[in-house]
Amino acid sequence: MLEIQNLTVEIGGRRILNDISLNVEDGFKTVLFGPNGAGKSALLMTLMGFSDYKVVAGKIIFKGEDITNMSVYERAQMGLGIMTQRPPNMSGVKLRTLLDAISKNGSSYYELAERLDMVRFLDRDINVGFSGGEIKRSELLQLSVQNPDMVLLDEPESGVDLVSIEQLGITIKDLLTGKGKCAGERCKHGKSALIITHTGQVLDYVEADRGYILCNGRVMCSGNPREMLEDIKREGYQECIKCKMDYH
Amino acid sequence: MQDGLSLRKKAEDALKKTPPYGEDLNLDDYEVAGKEENFTQDLMALSEDDKKTLINVGVIPTEENRIGTFIMLNNAVSHASVKKEDEVELLSLQNALKKYDWLKDYSWNLVKPDTDKYTAISYLQNADGYFIRAPAGKKSKMPVQTCLLIGSKNSSQMVHNLIVVEEGAHLDVITGCSTRKDVERGLHLGISEMYVKKGATLNFTMIHNWAEQIGVRPRTVVYVEEGGTYINNYVTLKPVKSVQTYPTVLLEGNGAFARLNSIGVAHPGSELDLGSRVIFNAPNTKAELISRTITTGGKVIARGEMIGNANGAKGHLECHGLVLSDVGTQRAIPILEANVEDIELSHEAAVGRIAREQIEYLMARGLTEEEAVGMIVRGFLDVGIQGIPEELKASIDETIAKIGEKAI
Repeated sequence: MLEIQNLTVEIGGRRILNDISLNVEDGFKTVLFGPNGAGKSALLMTLMGFSDYKVVAGKIIFKGEDITNMSVYERAQMGLGIMTQRPPNMSGVKLRTLLDAISKNGSSYYELAERLDMVRFLDRDINVGFSGGEIKRSELLQLSVQNPDMVLLDEPESGVDLVSIEQLGITIKDLLTGKGKCAGERCKHGKSALIITHTGQVLDYVEADRGYILCNGRVMCSGNPREMLEDIKREGYQECIKCKMDYH
Repeated sequence: MQDGLSLRKKAEDALKKTPPYGEDLNLDDYEVAGKEENFTQDLMALSEDDKKTLINVGVIPTEENRIGTFIMLNNAVSHASVKKEDEVELLSLQNALKKYDWLKDYSWNLVKPDTDKYTAISYLQNADGYFIRAPAGKKSKMPVQTCLLIGSKNSSQMVHNLIVVEEGAHLDVITGCSTRKDVERGLHLGISEMYVKKGATLNFTMIHNWAEQIGVRPRTVVYVEEGGTYINNYVTLKPVKSVQTYPTVLLEGNGAFARLNSIGVAHPGSELDLGSRVIFNAPNTKAELISRTITTGGKVIARGEMIGNANGAKGHLECHGLVLSDVGTQRAIPILEANVEDIELSHEAAVGRIAREQIEYLMARGLTEEEAVGMIVRGFLDVGIQGIPEELKASIDETIAKIGEKAI
């Protein structure tokens, strides 16, 4: 589904990602771990094509096509979708207006909006005065209506209160796996995902298939995401960096 | 009112008086448009082109959901009708002045004939226009629609309108200003005097839809008494040579309120000098001035002014300007003045382009760049104006879509 090959990225001339390579297979849910400032969010923003993120080397292959130089719109059309950490205030643009524009064949989003407790936000300007949790629910609602083949989720659970987190987790699960129950089904028909998480809470709802650890703009290692999370909780990221240095 | 002779003398002396703002238009370059035109009884009998012109400024030829209709063609009244005469009175100002002796104290009272050369010539030409009166306590649910139409090339139209909303009454007025299809060049001078009495509400919407070589100089003053509300919506989205306007609202009674929304687009070659002024002359008066303008290559000057002369006055002024072209200009000039202690006036002004981040946010949801810009521009211009007919909304959407295309 997604292949990142030796990707190096700069923002305003400053290097933030260095020679990143990783894969997300069809239907795989892949998790990105890493300390603050490791470049995880930057990687997701680069994959979506936001113009602040300049690819200076390497390639992004999505569904077999090189999308490295494609516009944000073209990537979205190809089936890539994102939930960012800090979306901009969209003064004047109502949530309803955007949902109407992106819901294909005018399909109803009302039920989903109700489930995410977002009905009362439909006639508000997107993100303006939204709390952290409200932004997450709004982003997830938009993403669900958009229904892309591969989703990029940047800390979907951060800032969400304990009551809402279950609703959010279930909605993410529905978005990613649809009705598929067993693991085989999930891989065959489910969506692919690249998910950033600090707490690992989202892993209570989404069966992750692989994890990567990112430090200082580099991929440190990959492996079983649950084991990785346990290690990180126990040892912190220092061990990863040490481990990588020992390895070299 | 001062006696006619001395006013006439003052107006004659003011014929060369150039106003402080706006391009100086030469009155001699335009012929005074006809003062006699055919009276149109049935608007549905108008040509298809004329009907379309009316619809594009919010005036519906079927008169559906409108309590009354008034049309001024060139310098003559060509239609005046009202459905419920007990709720609204609508006739030409000249006829009203003959009918009501008291009206002479209202006419040329708020706007002085010697303000500048445009008011002077309008006074000297004895300009006609509409007189609308909402009798005390009457609250019509439907608006009065009026259209000021220039029908002859290279001519000047001078209009003098007067509105009185009596105690406790509520009135909605839509005024559309436009030109006939083949009229490219001309001059429109419009004097408007509005009186909002105790506890009354006037909701006034003006839609301008001129042509590329039309000069427009409205002169408007509104007088609001105790507990009265004045809402003004001013919309100009199409190319025009130049508009210079600075409507002034006088809040003269305790608790009076005014809100003025201006939305404008300056196309290449257009100059929009759009001001709004509120003077708080009574205690506990409140006002909001909102200006949202876009340049796609023309020049915008957004002036907002609030002068606090009475305790407990509160006002907020918001001037936002989008620049969607390398050659356009946006200038925001907010002015706040406090002349007593207990005053709370504030403003926020911002000019600049649409943030790239906002466009890409929408593109990440699958919108094209054009669609994204269009959605942002539409949201920017949406200040919640009520009562705009569907046909006009469609025309506004079309204009905005074109702006979106050009902005990229």
